[in-house]
Amino acid sequence: MTTLPQTSTVGIADKPAETAVTTDVRLARRLPVQRQWPSWAIIAVQIGILIGVIALWEIGADTGLIDAFFWSQPRAIFNTLTIFFTTGDALTDIAFTFRSTILGFLIGTATGSALGLSFWWSRNYAAIVQPYIICFESLPKLALAPLIVLVFGIGIASKVAIATALTLVVSTLTTYAGVKAVDPDSEKLFYSLGASRLQVFRKLVIPSCLPWIISVLRVNIGLALTGAIVGEFIASQHGLGRAVLYAGQTYDIALVWVAVCVLSALAIVMYLAVSWIERVLHRGVKG
Amino acid sequence: MPATKLLVDDVSMRFAMPTGLFHALDHIRLSVPQGCFVSLIGPSGCGKSTIFNIIAGLQEPSEGRVLIDEVDATGTIGRVGYMLQKDLLLPWRTLTDNIILGMEIQGVKLADARARALPLLQRYGLAGFERAYPNTLSGGMRQRAALLRTLLFDADVILLDEPFGALDAQTKLRMQEWLLQLWSDFHKTVIFVTHDVEEAIFLSDEVHVMGARPGRIIETITVALPRPRLRACTTSAEFIALKDRCLALLHDQPGQSIEDAA
Repeated sequence: MTTLPQTSTVGIADKPAETAVTTDVRLARRLPVQRQWPSWAIIAVQIGILIGVIALWEIGADTGLIDAFFWSQPRAIFNTLTIFFTTGDALTDIAFTFRSTILGFLIGTATGSALGLSFWWSRNYAAIVQPYIICFESLPKLALAPLIVLVFGIGIASKVAIATALTLVVSTLTTYAGVKAVDPDSEKLFYSLGASRLQVFRKLVIPSCLPWIISVLRVNIGLALTGAIVGEFIASQHGLGRAVLYAGQTYDIALVWVAVCVLSALAIVMYLAVSWIERVLHRGVKG
Repeated sequence: MPATKLLVDDVSMRFAMPTGLFHALDHIRLSVPQGCFVSLIGPSGCGKSTIFNIIAGLQEPSEGRVLIDEVDATGTIGRVGYMLQKDLLLPWRTLTDNIILGMEIQGVKLADARARALPLLQRYGLAGFERAYPNTLSGGMRQRAALLRTLLFDADVILLDEPFGALDAQTKLRMQEWLLQLWSDFHKTVIFVTHDVEEAIFLSDEVHVMGARPGRIIETITVALPRPRLRACTTSAEFIALKDRCLALLHDQPGQSIEDAA
């Protein structure tokens, strides 16, 4: 009955192929379906895990399974936290670290973006400067931190400088990548309409690069915080980084945990704030 | 006979290549009367886009001049409207603000430019989308907006480089009729580049058939079909004869691949 040659492609017209697929419905495999839990259940489990870990830690320290001298224990950490916020330097330290992070973030991002955009103006200038930027990028900037502290002193200036150094290069390179990605046809359109270079820069290059500039904000806030903390590690009178270091050196492990937790909270708050700014800016750019 | 609006006067373009001198354009002479619609058709690489770049002042020719209204305009930008195949609408601008780009660059006040653009948007099928962003529009609407942007830029000469090349067949036909309407409303001089022979004949007063290596004009065909043209004229004996003539000229060229002649 089938007169088709053996070499014919497998298809609907092919009798053998058709029977092979539909032999037994009961044996056919079904598309795997994963049942998703409601979000309250997920959150409940997450909270459960957190409480469980803290409880085990507390019990472990009480029974001696965990050495409380090295690891401290939740109760002691909580007590230190209360002291840190009531009689300690909590607010001064938070304000200090926050200020140096934000300043470094703003200066580094703004200068880096401006530098990246400036490369659009002259290909020669970009070609000359580029190797230096790449050198500076590959340089482990944190290794320079002791030098920076020496130059800028133990005050806030050295922390801002380290945070700036970390964020500046990322912004410069990303913005420069954005500059290189400006659509040459759009540029052609602008010039065909008789535009000046300044008009192309303001009306095409800057808006085209904005998404690139915005995309590094979240990375940069983390880098700025790292820079500020390292600066405080090296020499400082205030700041959460200094609090961690001081607590470690005096074997006040509970205070180490407190400072680290406050630092994380600060990082999360800043990260969320920047993410929100990013979303708002993106909406403004995309329309 | 109306005055010559645009004259491409004996223009040649040569590029130095590793393999030697490459003749992109060889003594092109193109004279376009005021208010005329002319098309350039030819195989890929025959230098159609190079001619446009030279007319628009984006490239300097190796030889020859470009005259607009009998004044030398070689290498000057902002003299002609230029539309590319891509619509190049800026995603961060609303439709209205995209369309006024040319006027804005020329220094027209934003409020005045918008006031001039709005009635046109409404008249030419973009009503209700004045404040929409380009990514919310269909390909046909984006292309219309790009064309309006070109027309609103106060240049008498308009260069259209395969403006409908990326559209589907139905949209393309509607856009052609729409373009003819715009052309008769605005009294512009239009030079149109396309790969589509039927499109070229349907739209134009004159079709210049080009050859490649070196890029040159082989023959100029006058299209004497009466205007306004209806779609039905594309099946007339006269139209088919013109189409056959163009296709024969394109096919006769040596070294043609199949897609070039399409």
